[in-house]
Amino acid sequence: MGELAVEKHVKFILTIEKEKDSFESVVMEHIRLNGAYWALTTLDILGKLNTVDQDEVISWMMQCQHESGGFGGNIGHDPHLLYTLSAIQVLALFDKIDALDIDKVSNYIAGLQNNDGSFSGDMWGEIDTRFSCVAILSLALLKRLDKINVEKAVNYIVSCKNLDGGFGCTPGAESHAGQIFCCVAALAVTGSLHHVDKDLLGWWLCERQVKSGGLNGRPEKLPDVCYSWWVLSSLIMIDRVHWIDKEKLIKFILDCQDKENGGISDRPEDAVDVFHTYFGVAGLSLLEYPGLKAIDPAYALPVDVVNRIFFGR
Amino acid sequence: MHGRPRKAPTEEEQEASVVKGAKLRSIQAKFFQFHHTNTYTKEALEVNAKLLEMNPEFITGWNYRKLAVQYHLEAAQSDEDSIKSILDEELKVVESALMTNFKSYGAWHHRKWVLNMGHSSTDRELFLLKKFQKLDARNFHAWNYRRFVTALKNIPDEEELQYTTDMIYENFSNYSAWHNRSVLLSRLLKEEVEGYYPKEKVLTEEFEFVRNALFTDPDDQSGWFYHLWLLDQTVKLEHLLVSSWPPNGSNVNVSDYCALSPSLSSISRTLPLILCFSEAVGGINSSTVSVVCESNMDSNLIWTPISVDKSGLARTWLTYLTFSSEPMHPSRNYLVKVSIANSEGIISSAGFCCSNPSHMAFTVCLPSSNTEFDEGPDIERIDWSEENFSSNQLHSENLGLINSFNELTISGDNKKTYETNAKIIADEIDYCRELLSEMDCKIGKLTLARLLLAYDALSSASRGVQDQNMFQYKEILELYHDLMKLDPPHFQYYKDQYSLVFLKQELANEESLLKYCYQYRDSTSLSNNSLCLCLRGLSLSQIGCIERLLWVQMLDLSNNGIRSIEGLESLQLLCCLNLSNNKICSFSALEPLRLLKSLKVLDISHNEIGAHPIDTRRYLCASPLSHTSDWKREEFVVSGPEMTIYWDAFSIFSGLNLRQLSVTGNPIADKKFKLFLCKLLPAMKWLDDEKLR
Repeated sequence: MGELAVEKHVKFILTIEKEKDSFESVVMEHIRLNGAYWALTTLDILGKLNTVDQDEVISWMMQCQHESGGFGGNIGHDPHLLYTLSAIQVLALFDKIDALDIDKVSNYIAGLQNNDGSFSGDMWGEIDTRFSCVAILSLALLKRLDKINVEKAVNYIVSCKNLDGGFGCTPGAESHAGQIFCCVAALAVTGSLHHVDKDLLGWWLCERQVKSGGLNGRPEKLPDVCYSWWVLSSLIMIDRVHWIDKEKLIKFILDCQDKENGGISDRPEDAVDVFHTYFGVAGLSLLEYPGLKAIDPAYALPVDVVNRIFFGR
Repeated sequence: MHGRPRKAPTEEEQEASVVKGAKLRSIQAKFFQFHHTNTYTKEALEVNAKLLEMNPEFITGWNYRKLAVQYHLEAAQSDEDSIKSILDEELKVVESALMTNFKSYGAWHHRKWVLNMGHSSTDRELFLLKKFQKLDARNFHAWNYRRFVTALKNIPDEEELQYTTDMIYENFSNYSAWHNRSVLLSRLLKEEVEGYYPKEKVLTEEFEFVRNALFTDPDDQSGWFYHLWLLDQTVKLEHLLVSSWPPNGSNVNVSDYCALSPSLSSISRTLPLILCFSEAVGGINSSTVSVVCESNMDSNLIWTPISVDKSGLARTWLTYLTFSSEPMHPSRNYLVKVSIANSEGIISSAGFCCSNPSHMAFTVCLPSSNTEFDEGPDIERIDWSEENFSSNQLHSENLGLINSFNELTISGDNKKTYETNAKIIADEIDYCRELLSEMDCKIGKLTLARLLLAYDALSSASRGVQDQNMFQYKEILELYHDLMKLDPPHFQYYKDQYSLVFLKQELANEESLLKYCYQYRDSTSLSNNSLCLCLRGLSLSQIGCIERLLWVQMLDLSNNGIRSIEGLESLQLLCCLNLSNNKICSFSALEPLRLLKSLKVLDISHNEIGAHPIDTRRYLCASPLSHTSDWKREEFVVSGPEMTIYWDAFSIFSGLNLRQLSVTGNPIADKKFKLFLCKLLPAMKWLDDEKLR
C-alpha cells in the first residue's frame, strides 16, 4: 500500500495560497473562506498549522465580515451562513473565537431561522438542510444554541428524512451523502440521533463502497474522495463504520494522491485541489491512519480543538 | 473541481489560463463597483450577466440581480408588461447560466425566486426540466425544481407518478425516479386516494413493477432499494407488548428481588415490573396501563422509559410495585393483573396508536412478616472462570421465570392483514429464489434473507405464538454466510445480521435457552438466584433479542466480538455482567449501563478502550458535545484536569454503584486511570484482582 506524502501535501497547500492568478483559482475566489478552512484544517491534522501566519489569516478573514455580522466568501462578497461557519471554524483552530463579537455573529445566524424551523442561507431565502447544519454547528461552537428554536430546527431536519433512511436538502428530496452528513451532524450535536434509523441508514451508507474501495455519494454513481468524508463521518456518528472495508478505503484515498506535486484529487489520476486534499486527509484521520490528528466527525475540527471548547482547559 | 484529468499544464495552457483569469477578475472588479454603489443600469446588468455566464457559482452575482429586479419592479409599478419583461430577462440569464453548469445552486434558486413572484408563465418550466433530465437523469437540482413546479401548478400526484413510470421504463437504473415514486406513492397511500386503496393491492402491483427492473438488471441497486421499501411497507406490525418481567403466568418471591429496587426500604416489599414492546413507544402511564392486585398495593405507579436518549420513547418501560406493610398470610400467593386496554394514549415514534389490548397476570409471594431486608454477609468477589459454573438441574421455579415471553393476542381484522401480507411475501420469496437460480446476485441474496425474516415475523405474529423455531433458520444463516464470501467489503454487516439471527434462534424456546443457563457455584453472592446466562465464545458481533432476556441477572458475554451493547439497558434486573475479551472501543460504548441501577459487578477487561483515537459512540452518549449531559460542568471541571481525558468514564461510572470492576487489558487502564476510578467509585471493593480498603 502506498504512503501518505505528508510533506508534499503541506507544500501543495502553502503554494496554492500564492498561486492565485490561474483561471481555476480566480473562479474560486468567491469561496476563498471555505478554502482557508479546508487548507488550515488539513495542516492542523498533519501537525503543521504553525507553518502559516496566524495573524495574517485572521486579519484577512475579519475583513470578510459584513456589517450584518455574517461573513462573505472573500472581501467585498455578500454574507452567507456557509462562510460564517468557516470563519468560526478557522478561529477555533487558532483558539481565537473571542476575536469575534459573538452576539453579533450569533444574532445574524439566528435571524436566518424560518418559522418551520428551517434555515435560509442568507437574506435571499434559499432553504436547504446544509444551512440547518451550518447554523447549528456555528451556534454550538459559539455556545449560543439557545438563540434558535432547536426543537423546530430538529423537526425540520427530520421532515427531510427519506424512506431509504437518508436525508435530502428539502422535504421529498433524494438522499445524498452530503446532505446526510449535514443532517446527521446537526442531529448529533443537538442530541437528536434517536431520529435516525441507524441500521437502515448505516446499510445505505455502507453500500456506497464500490469495488475499487472508494465511496460514492448515492447509488450507481462514481466514487469520489470527498465522500470519504461525507459518508465516513456519517457512519462514524451512528457507529456503523465497521460495515465498510476501512483498509480498502485507505488504499483508494492514497491512490488519489499526486505524490510528485502534492495534493489529492477526486479520483486517481485526476487533477488535485485543496477541497479533495482536505477530504482525503480528514477521511484518513477518521480511518485512524497513523500520524494524523484525530478529527471530530460532527464539527469537522480536530478533536483537541473541540474538546478544548466543550470541556474547557 | 471534479473529473478533470491530472496533467501538468503546458506553458501555453498556463498562459491562456492566466489571461482568462485576468479577464474574469476584471469583470468581477467592474461588477463589484456597480454592486457596492447600488447601480442597476443596463450596462451594469450586462456586466453581471457576463460574469454569471463565466461563473454561475458566483453567489453575490445572483444576489445583485435580485436587488436590481426589486429596483426595476418598483419603477415599473403595476405595468404588467414591464414586469413580465424584467422577469423574463431573469429567466433567460438563469437558463444561460445553467447551460454552463446545470448544478449551480444559485441559478436554480434565482429561477425559483422569480417564479415565486407569480408573474411568469410556468409553461416553459416542465419543457426545460425535460431537457435537463435528458442531459442527466440523476440531477437532483432538476428533480427538486420539478417538485417545486408541480406544486406551483397543482399537478396531481397520480400524473407525477406516471412520469416516474415513464422515466423508469426509459432506464431502470434511475434511483432518483424510484425515490420520487416512493414519495408520491406514500402520499397516495396515506391519503387513500381513489385507485390507491387497499394498500395490499397497490403493494402487489408495485412488487410486480419492480420485478421487471430486478430481472432485467439484477446488479443495479436502484430497484432493490425500492424493493426493500416495499417490503418494509408490507411488514408493518402493530406495536405490541412482546414480553414482560415478571413473565405472564409466573410466580415470584418478592423478597428475592428487593435488592433491585433503588430505594432500599427496610420493609422488603417492592418488586420491579418491566414491560417490553416490539418497538419504541411513549405514553405508558397509570392511565394507559392498569395494574391491579388483590392485596393492598399502591396503584399510583410511575413508569419510566428505559432509553439512553431524551425522546421519552422506549421499547422497555419500568415501574416498581410496592406492597403494603400489613402482615400477610404466610403461604398465600397474590394475583397481579396487568392490562393495556385503554391504549389510545400509547403511541409509537411513527405516530401510530396501539389499538391492541394486552392482558397478563402473575402471582407474587409476599414475606410473612415485616422482615428487615438483609444485605447478606460480606459478599465475595465473582470469579467468571468456567469451573465456577455448572449446568446442574435448575430449580423448577427458575423455569417459569426465564420464559418472559408474552403470548400475543391479535384481533381478527389485523390477523387477516397479516395473512394477506404473509402471502405477498411468500410470493416474493419464490420470485427471488427463481432469480437467484439463474445468477449469483449479492443484493438478491440479501433480499431473500430479509424476505425470509419478514415472513417469519408476519407468520408468527398471525399465529400468535412467539416461542418457537424460526422459519427457514438454516437457510437464512447460510445466505449470510454466502454473502460474507461474496461481498467481502461488507463482511461485518453480514456478520452482525448473522449474529442476530443466530441469537434469535438459540433463545427461541425454553429447551434451547436452557442450554445456555448455568448455576454460579455458590448462592451467598446474590440472593437465591445465582442463575447465569452464559453466551461466551459464540463469535457474536452483535447482541439482540433483549425481549427474551428481561429475567437475566447474571450475564456472560465474554470472548465474543461485541462492539456495542445497544439494547442492554432493557435488562433492568442485571447485577453481574462480563464483557471481557470483546471489541468495546470506548467508555461511551457503555452508555446503556448508566441505566442499569442494579449493576454491581462489571468486567470489561481485555477490550480496546484507549486504543482508538476516533470514538464512534461520541454522539450516542450523554455529553456536552451533543448538549445532552446531565452532569454538572462545575462538578466535572473542579475534579481535575484528568477529567478531560476521562470524561466518558466519568459519565458512565459516576452514576453506578459498582462493587467489583475489572478494566485490565485496556490501553487506557494505567495506574493514573485506576486511581481516578478509585476516587470516582468510593464504594468499590475490588478493582481488577485487588481488594480495596
